[in-house]
Amino acid sequence: MTADSIQSETRRGWRSPLSVVLGILLCLPALVPLVVIVHATISPEADVWAHLARYVLPEVTINTIKLLIGVGLLSSVVGTALAWLTSMCEFPGRRFFDWALLLPLAIPTYVLAFVAVGFLDYSGPLQTWLRELTGTSQWVPRIRSTGGVIVVLSLALYPYVYLLARTAFLTQGRRALEAAQTLGFGRAAATWKVALPMARPWIAAGVALVCMETLADFGAVSVFNYNTFTTAIYRAWFGMFSISAALELAGVLLVFVIAAFALERSSRAGARFTSARDMSRETTRLQLTPAMRWVAFISAGLVLALAFALPLLQLLIWSLKNASDIDSRYWGFIARSLMLAGSAVVVIVAASLLLAYLERRRSSASMKALVRLATLGYAVPGTVLAVGIVVPLVMLNNYLQGLLRTWFGAGAPVLLLQGTLLAVLIAYLARFLTVGFNPVESGLQRITRSIDEAAASLGVVGTQLIRKVHVPLLRTSLATAATLVFVDVMKEMPITLITRPPGWDTLAVRVWEMTSEGEWERAALPAVAIVLVGLIPAAMLTRRGAHVA
Amino acid sequence: MWLELENVVRRFGARSAVNGLSMRLAKGSIGCLLGPSGCGKTTALRCIAGFEPVDAGVIRAHGRVLASSEFQSPPESRQIGMVFQDYALFPHLNVLDNIAFGLHRMERAKRSRRVEEILETVGLAEHRNHFPHQLSGGQQQRVALARALAPEPEIVLLDEPFSSLDVELRERLGVEVRSVLKKLGATALLVTHDQQEAFAVADLVGVMKEGQLEQWDSPYQLYHRPATRFVADFIGQGVFIPGEVVAEGSVRTELGVMRANGNGKWHTGSHVDLLLRPDDVIHDDSSSLRAEVCQGAFRGAEFLYTLRLASGLQLLSLVPSHHDHAVGERIGIRIEPDHVVAFARD
Amino acid sequence: MSIRLLAPLLGALLLVAGVSGCGKQSSELVVYSARNEQLIKPIFDRYTAETGQKIRFVTDDAGPLIERLNAEGANSQADILMTVDAGELWHAADLGLLQSVQSDALSANIPESLRDPNNRWFGFSIRARTIVYSTERVKPEELSDYAALGGERWKGKLCLRTSKKVYNQSLVAMLIAEHGEPKAEEIVRGWVANLATEPFSNDTLLMQAIVAGQCDVGLVNTYYFGRLVREQPELPIKLFWADQAGQGVHVNISGAGVTAHAPRAAEAKKFFEWLSQPEAQTMFAGLNLEYPANPAVKADAIVLAWGDFKPSPMNVAQAGELQAAAVKLMDRVGYR
Repeated sequence: MTADSIQSETRRGWRSPLSVVLGILLCLPALVPLVVIVHATISPEADVWAHLARYVLPEVTINTIKLLIGVGLLSSVVGTALAWLTSMCEFPGRRFFDWALLLPLAIPTYVLAFVAVGFLDYSGPLQTWLRELTGTSQWVPRIRSTGGVIVVLSLALYPYVYLLARTAFLTQGRRALEAAQTLGFGRAAATWKVALPMARPWIAAGVALVCMETLADFGAVSVFNYNTFTTAIYRAWFGMFSISAALELAGVLLVFVIAAFALERSSRAGARFTSARDMSRETTRLQLTPAMRWVAFISAGLVLALAFALPLLQLLIWSLKNASDIDSRYWGFIARSLMLAGSAVVVIVAASLLLAYLERRRSSASMKALVRLATLGYAVPGTVLAVGIVVPLVMLNNYLQGLLRTWFGAGAPVLLLQGTLLAVLIAYLARFLTVGFNPVESGLQRITRSIDEAAASLGVVGTQLIRKVHVPLLRTSLATAATLVFVDVMKEMPITLITRPPGWDTLAVRVWEMTSEGEWERAALPAVAIVLVGLIPAAMLTRRGAHVA
Repeated sequence: MWLELENVVRRFGARSAVNGLSMRLAKGSIGCLLGPSGCGKTTALRCIAGFEPVDAGVIRAHGRVLASSEFQSPPESRQIGMVFQDYALFPHLNVLDNIAFGLHRMERAKRSRRVEEILETVGLAEHRNHFPHQLSGGQQQRVALARALAPEPEIVLLDEPFSSLDVELRERLGVEVRSVLKKLGATALLVTHDQQEAFAVADLVGVMKEGQLEQWDSPYQLYHRPATRFVADFIGQGVFIPGEVVAEGSVRTELGVMRANGNGKWHTGSHVDLLLRPDDVIHDDSSSLRAEVCQGAFRGAEFLYTLRLASGLQLLSLVPSHHDHAVGERIGIRIEPDHVVAFARD
Repeated sequence: MSIRLLAPLLGALLLVAGVSGCGKQSSELVVYSARNEQLIKPIFDRYTAETGQKIRFVTDDAGPLIERLNAEGANSQADILMTVDAGELWHAADLGLLQSVQSDALSANIPESLRDPNNRWFGFSIRARTIVYSTERVKPEELSDYAALGGERWKGKLCLRTSKKVYNQSLVAMLIAEHGEPKAEEIVRGWVANLATEPFSNDTLLMQAIVAGQCDVGLVNTYYFGRLVREQPELPIKLFWADQAGQGVHVNISGAGVTAHAPRAAEAKKFFEWLSQPEAQTMFAGLNLEYPANPAVKADAIVLAWGDFKPSPMNVAQAGELQAAAVKLMDRVGYR
């Protein structure tokens, strides 16, 4: 068999209509809610809509834009700068910060929000102490303000940018920087002119995740009582009992997302950002001046303290106050959290891998569009997505139940798809497909066709090719995908709440039980557990990443 | 001297990649460091560019010290252009912006004039708006050259500039690059492991071995007057035949007595090896000296035959390509050496 | 992770997940509850201990629970929907998700104003939303009713919780029911003008702000006040029973209804009847420092210490009917 025929042999399987069906099937969970939303947007409920357009939309549009710009900018600056420092420079504690700066990933945004508000608001310990000391705390900036939301969300979300920018800096090679130096730019200027622009797709991908999280966020903005599209959606739905108005708002939200994506893509035009030819070995890190070293140390330390150490400390203090809440049930919460997150990792990473392969083999425009569309689910507020999943699932269930009844009569077994782990996993798939898919896709893109062909010429094809060649090459990407999904599912609240089977209470559900009744301090205990359990993979990810780099 | 290296040493741990390298290059000339991989040539280039520090010795450009064990001027202030092995084109910039990259201090009008000029010189005017990945390997190489030359650096360094191109393109581009460099009067230093490339581009070639320069000379001299056995071996083809010095400049071999240049004074009676190049061995049917064809390599215009004499001695011979001899055939040869170089017997 | 390992794992997972979805009709009562686990589980446990009836429950916000119930339709396994707000129960009933329950015991134990006129839902505990004030800066004589909080006296002194919380939506809905929409809008506009700071996301923060001196008065549910002062009895804040000269304090309920397609409607009814009895009432209300719905039952000692009050006699169902109007009203006046 020649290499050619081996190739066509391997490709044939992927070209079949079966692969299209498989692709659509994988994207279906994410697509269904979008269809539900778009359908509602086409048939608006006139009077509610008129009210929203007049009193609600102007404020939430401006607020949402402010938030997107603020969080997008701040998290990209913080994430990129820190990634540059830890991957390109040498300063005290660099090795520690290299992985530690990812730890804030484990803290849910709503937890950071309630810790920040609890600590920094007028009645919080800081301002109370200041008043006792100086008699006034007037000059302290208000935490419950646009700026406050932006800072808190940025601190919680910057690790997405950090993680991706770090990968970009570590893999882009040093040649381009050296070339810039021979053309008269110093290291710092060369970073600005070359390393940053070359890292842009990664930074943009990180910022895109941050922006989608920001758009979908309900917990944190609620703590700040800051009105965004998400809060408006909840208000229309639960306050005015108008689910159609809620979905219309979600539709407008989607327009935002699509516009943002389109803008970023078009601005990149034809440029490509990797040079596959770079064979450079690692050269020395940039030696900072002694003063700059400490500036680097302090800024990395400050971010880590604000985004992780201090909030964790506050949570621990609150937890100790409510230590009596700990009972044997916590093992159950932890076990179920781990199990859900673990299964979600398996399902989502497998689906991402499959989808990425389908896209690679069938690089048709329609397939690409399908995949892009399916990843929009990340920007939809969790509850909307949850309902968008559960309602069609229940419809399917009822249809199947109807079939069973006609076959078996009254003695038919009772189907309950919506109350099973299957439903939970499908809903997670809809929400977190993006998180798993992005790293896998970009990892797969780095494996060139010629690698496949070289393997094929040596008789290694099909699953053997995947196992022997791709999996080892994709290891880092898969680990990244798995970690991000794991941590995200650990923190996830609305989907878990509505889709979980009875008795499947997790740590996040526990946090909800407490916060929904305003008992924030008692929510600290499950929150600490989420952070600690989520830390393990986050730390593992960076350790592993450090080796590969 | 425009570029001067004096006993430059660069160590990696216990190993010296560059071990006392000295060389000089005049303004407007093109030099080349040639050697097998691992001989330290690329490290030497990176020392000159400023990417590697110097552990001992001095690097000067027209008298100004660029690097010594005490002082390192940063790469960006050396006014040294570089063409990288992988080109290191900026993937996010198009051809125009890549070339203009180093002209950031120039005023706008002047800059675009300069870019146009250099685009014209390298013949890429119609590709100005393309991105690097849209260009062929040869075009990318020319962009890299144009980018390095645009700021009119004092010295241009080329690190294996043709290694990622196919052979045909290599030769053509070699000539092209030389003509571009000459047209712009640039002083350039090239690094390569390929002697064809070195000879095609450079005025002066230095053969390096284990971090040291074996010989720094014109291509002609290197080929015909190799200073060391290593150079003789590395440059071109040839065989060594044993001989004995019978008088000053005369060596007796089994092919007769030959006049030879000694790299050193040979005492009468000492045993030496003579270097015979394939072009010293002429095919001559009328000659009584016969040799058996062991192997023939067809090279288009000529054959390179490996011949064996009755004594078992092997010779190489270049023969015009219409003389097609089968392996095993015995042909007549004649030795007509222009330059025979003798080396001490190992 | 190798593919060989992954595939069977995935298969097994889906199998388990799928199989667990098929089951026989069970005799366990299924409750969809918006009331938190810690406030209902002890009740369920007690009921199971007394009667042997097992109870399974899922907690979530009322909105998603109602959507789920609605979608499940006739196939729903849920028997009971439990919420912490009358408006939500009204909404569920309005969607036809609850069935009428005729029970003498319930009619006798639960006052008419605290249940659906068609008996589709019943309040099992009362939560009063009233005024809280700083004992350091406010004299109780300065306080009267909800409307007065919009007056000049409280300029820059008022703290409110977010209008997103259903408790405030219900309160405003009741104001509309009592005063009519134009007057209610005027009252709420007055509140917004008097705000000392942005609305808070919960009642506890609001009370802490009063303690810290950021504002002097606010509106809270009594049990939040109870929880806070149980921990820190020395705090200089007190409850004031609003509108005692007029309609009375605005009350809401935590209640439940039997779902329209409940497979175990009879068992659900039995549970409701049990829940309306004194012993269960004491426990149900006591868990959250609320007032029992059954007027024959005394509240917890901590709660009783706050004094007696006259509750508004209006049916809490109106909170649901007028909730959408209330939300729009709050949007109009800029109450965030």
